[in-house]
Amino acid sequence: MPTIDMSKTELREVNATLQSAAGTQATEAYVLENPRGSHAVAVGLNGPLDVTVKGSTGYYCAGMNKDATIHVEGSAGPGVAENMMSGTVVIDGDASQYAGATGHGGLLVIKGNASSRCGISMKGIDIVVHGSIGHMSAFMAQKGNLVVLGDAGDALGDSLYEARLFVRGSVKSLGADCVEKEMRPEHLEILADLLARAGADAKPEEFKRYGSARTLYNFNIDNADAY
Amino acid sequence: MSTPTTEPRQSWTFSKETNSEIRRAAATGIYDIRGGGAKRRVPHFDDLLFLGASISRYPLEGYREKCDTSVTLGTRFAKKPIELKIPITIAGMSFGSLSGRAKEALGRGATMAGTSTTTGDGGMTEEERGHSEKLVYQYLPSRYGMNPDDLRRADAIEVVVGQGAKPGGGGMLLGQKITERVAGMRDLPQGIDQRSACRHPDWTGPDDLEIKILELREITNWEKPIYIKVGGARPYYDTALAAKAGADVIVLDGMQGGTAATQDVFIEHVGQPTLACIRPAVQALQDLGLHREVQLVVSGGIRTGADVAKALALGADAVSIGTAALVALGDNDPKWEEEYQKLGTTAGAYDDWHEGRDPAGITTQDPELMKRLDPEAAGRRLRNYLNVLTLECQTLARACGKSHVHNLEPEDLCALTMEAAAMAQVPLAGTNWWPGKPGF
Amino acid sequence: MCGIVGLFLKKDELRPRLGDMLTDMLITMTDRGPDSAGIAIYGDAAEGLKFTVQSDDPAAFDGLAEALEDALGVSVPVTLKDTHAVLLVPADKQAGAVELLETRGLRIMGIGEAMEIFKEVGLPKDVAERFGLRQMGGSHGIGHTRMATESAVTTLGAHPFSTAEDQCLVHNGSLSNHNDMRRKLAKKGVFTKTENDTEVGAAYISSRIAEGASLGEALEGTLEDLDGFFTFVTGTKNGFGVVRDPIACKPAVMAETEDYVAFASEYRAFADLPGIETARVWEPEPATVYFWER
Repeated sequence: MPTIDMSKTELREVNATLQSAAGTQATEAYVLENPRGSHAVAVGLNGPLDVTVKGSTGYYCAGMNKDATIHVEGSAGPGVAENMMSGTVVIDGDASQYAGATGHGGLLVIKGNASSRCGISMKGIDIVVHGSIGHMSAFMAQKGNLVVLGDAGDALGDSLYEARLFVRGSVKSLGADCVEKEMRPEHLEILADLLARAGADAKPEEFKRYGSARTLYNFNIDNADAY
Repeated sequence: MSTPTTEPRQSWTFSKETNSEIRRAAATGIYDIRGGGAKRRVPHFDDLLFLGASISRYPLEGYREKCDTSVTLGTRFAKKPIELKIPITIAGMSFGSLSGRAKEALGRGATMAGTSTTTGDGGMTEEERGHSEKLVYQYLPSRYGMNPDDLRRADAIEVVVGQGAKPGGGGMLLGQKITERVAGMRDLPQGIDQRSACRHPDWTGPDDLEIKILELREITNWEKPIYIKVGGARPYYDTALAAKAGADVIVLDGMQGGTAATQDVFIEHVGQPTLACIRPAVQALQDLGLHREVQLVVSGGIRTGADVAKALALGADAVSIGTAALVALGDNDPKWEEEYQKLGTTAGAYDDWHEGRDPAGITTQDPELMKRLDPEAAGRRLRNYLNVLTLECQTLARACGKSHVHNLEPEDLCALTMEAAAMAQVPLAGTNWWPGKPGF
Repeated sequence: MCGIVGLFLKKDELRPRLGDMLTDMLITMTDRGPDSAGIAIYGDAAEGLKFTVQSDDPAAFDGLAEALEDALGVSVPVTLKDTHAVLLVPADKQAGAVELLETRGLRIMGIGEAMEIFKEVGLPKDVAERFGLRQMGGSHGIGHTRMATESAVTTLGAHPFSTAEDQCLVHNGSLSNHNDMRRKLAKKGVFTKTENDTEVGAAYISSRIAEGASLGEALEGTLEDLDGFFTFVTGTKNGFGVVRDPIACKPAVMAETEDYVAFASEYRAFADLPGIETARVWEPEPATVYFWER
């Protein structure tokens, strides 16, 4: 199993090594040691590859990931897995702001808590947070599923589009145009699948579903207060 | 004999136009949304003149002596800078606001003229990638259609912080234009109003931007020049901070720069005229010792080769055109006057681009209207227009004795008005003085 | 726009290492703020007031001790540190000392029983080196690396800003109503020395405290009265506090162990702290005041 010590290797070399391995159907798993909060770790991987990061990362770890599986054995800084296309990213600790921002696909699992703006502008990614999420999460979220086993902060799902939000705990407040919605069998099915894939010990029935009331979809003067 | 009466007098403050807007607002309850840039008169390049050569300086011969127009963008950090034949690029305009055919026409015209075109808020289309030899991929707050594959097949990446029509504002595309294809590219339901965020979702400020630029470079192997586009609001600081954050190129868009759709109040009341933005931006780069190393691209109201030459003389490395390119393709052409009248407007004034009913078939997603634009013919018109701009710019540069358009200097200019003299920091014609000139 | 670090020690054993630990933290924040760097360090409380003064002209310190003794009638120890000097002035001689220092064109960076402030233009590692920050001990300290937004890259424009005894403030973000607030404070007789938005934040907090508010109340007040984006870290003689604006865009992360509480703009700054692997690490909530006191 190739191991790269990030305290002795330039970031460019680390990413170039992983990017070329991900492009060549390599089956070996990579281990990154001593990330020490570095930014842009394991970004732009463009194919199947297993990467384990032993420690905490800075901004944009696993950014724009495609098909790779990246496991951070620590916490992740702002914008982890931002704009992810596919693949899996697992964070053992907490995630900072903007986790999974604008993600188009794939699965992001955060075993700890996620800070504010988790899933902001998400476009198809699935995010499962074992802990709680901060304020303004799923702001302008367009597509995909955000699952939270703990609580959600203020203004959840503000200006939401078609993303589905599932929260087991309390929601401090809902954002503009976000409402609680009926949990139908198809939602329980989606939830069960995501919980299983995220290794989360929770029952789908314990969650509430939130989604867009769709009142802001076309401008209406009577909704001016929401703008 | 009747008593003489005064002529009915319209108020200057409450003009017919103003009153019509009050009535419109009262009837609808929503601010006016439109496309284009500021329509008010602001000090502009027209208020500057070139001095030309005479006895103290020697001009170059028009057809024999070379006047180079090439420009390389992205020489600071990128492994693959963009080399352009002319100092005029095509500004970012989205697929969605423009039809696919219009994007294709822009790509064709720009490629024939040896320059680049730019995507917009809506992702990269095959039409434009296929027909653009050099394509700049915009990285916007919405991140619609953003993906690493397009990032890698772009020739440069433009991180859009703001635009001149609306510094500090987000985007807007009304439901009429969100067709199935547009919606698919943006991951949105069809037919809904699409609001784009005013800030990037995952960074705020120059300290974060530096890290964002690092990420984009790491994803693209440090090959692509990274542009930062800002609206003309605080050009000195914005330019300095973009440069400090690691930009290769700074795109500075003055208030005459267009937009697909924004509140009229925003377009007309926020931002500084293009003319006023250039010198502070150049000063910022000079203060950092980065002028010409970080290239400055200026946009907003560029129409003629004279505008191009004046922008370069004030210190820009290149200019970018949007509205003018659309006009070259056929936007607002009087041949559609009858249809403009039906829409309650007239050729030249049509700016309801967001409604998607463009008679010229450019700012629309309507399949029938779109067919009115022949991308090949429109591309040729754009090529011709870009060539004219370049020839005009060369003509002026030669007259000032320059063998490269980048050798034009502020000292080659004078100003016709006090305002222009102050903004461009060049002497009022006939004097050696401008308002605020040090030493006076 | 900037990087912030802060360290508050709970155990005295670590006090000699404070400067060393803070310096490492500061240097990791260089990318966020390459223009200038500064640090406020809270050492042993002195008998009297420590004045930290600065001058770009080394000659300004020539004969300073003698001049102070002449003017104040007491001996004033002067310790030179590069462009700065720390003077120990009896508390009752404060006004006279300020007057003399101002006459001689020296800039007063801060005054306090415990606090010393050092800041200069340049890369954080160079600034730390020039002042010998690594060798400094103390109970707590705050550091800042600056990427100037709208005010000048000067020594005075660097953080921390001190606008009252033993109080200092560092800031990441950009205030959008600081000009109006500056005018309001001036009406109350509180004047700032620079065009910097952060100094207005510092002066606001000091003026609230001077009016009788607790530090906690003053920090709460920033949420109501200051507009824009900010993460503030503020130091006092006995503690330090953290507050983020309600939108909370600018990054902030904290770590706590039995030995210390640490603050930074990025986790990177914690990487070398002892026991960080098992520390409680979290992000301060928006619009929430955090405060530690000994």
